[in-house]
Amino acid sequence: MNPWPFIWGAYALTVAAMVALTLRSWAAMRRAEAEAAALSERP
Amino acid sequence: MHIYANPARFLNIARPLTGWLGWVGAVLAVAALSYGLFAAPAERLQGESVRILYVHVPAAWLGMAGWTGIALAALMQLVWRHPLAAVAGRALAVPGAVFTAICLTTGSLWGRPTWGTYWEWDGRMTSMLVMLFLYLGYLALAGAEKERGGEGRLTAIFGLTGAVNLPIIHYSVTWWNTLHQGQSLSIVRGTSTIDASMLWPLLASALGFSLLFGALVLMRMRTELALNKVEARLKRMAA
Repeated sequence: MNPWPFIWGAYALTVAAMVALTLRSWAAMRRAEAEAAALSERP
Repeated sequence: MHIYANPARFLNIARPLTGWLGWVGAVLAVAALSYGLFAAPAERLQGESVRILYVHVPAAWLGMAGWTGIALAALMQLVWRHPLAAVAGRALAVPGAVFTAICLTTGSLWGRPTWGTYWEWDGRMTSMLVMLFLYLGYLALAGAEKERGGEGRLTAIFGLTGAVNLPIIHYSVTWWNTLHQGQSLSIVRGTSTIDASMLWPLLASALGFSLLFGALVLMRMRTELALNKVEARLKRMAA
């Protein structure tokens, strides 16, 4: 059996999951911190 | 640890550290995976499919490390009442679950060409799947408690109880007749049956992913602390 489709599949899945998780976490953090900063500036 | 109980003091450290951990981790992980995919040697019995080692094993270690972190955070919350412990526990859960899912799926992809099967209900694989379900349960419980304005005590107790699965996962390959291979690397004994040409890229990949994991946890803690601040401020404005 040719193992290469399974190897590429495993690496692609890992990279996709890590990129998605990192981007989601970073975007949520930026949104939340921007909202907190905006409220802090209000009197 | 209580010197970091003050969110402002914690954030002064977390803000620069998030970037450092994220970028250094990403560069190291990409380098290690590139080596694993293109330059690492094939294995004598498994052939090329051994390359999945460089994603599967770090994912397994981090899935287990995530729950270890949850259990330690739970202990700090319940015993020492550390104010950031509950935040840390919740921040660890999603990255830990994702790495556990990566471990299970990459392991399945490794199993098909190597063992001829995507899955076996053996000790190691079953206990890792149980850990994924525990993560999902933890996330559901944490969400429900937070919605009801709870402190997260039930979630912490769940986190501590779930830690019983960690030695089961670790010793499953020793206790039971299992398809999954036994332990090749022991940090405690300082021994390894893995050749250096595979061991060093594996450790580099594990370190890279660990640093990324750290960055993710810090991002999620910062998010929750910011949302708590927004909620508190809105309550004060409404009063």
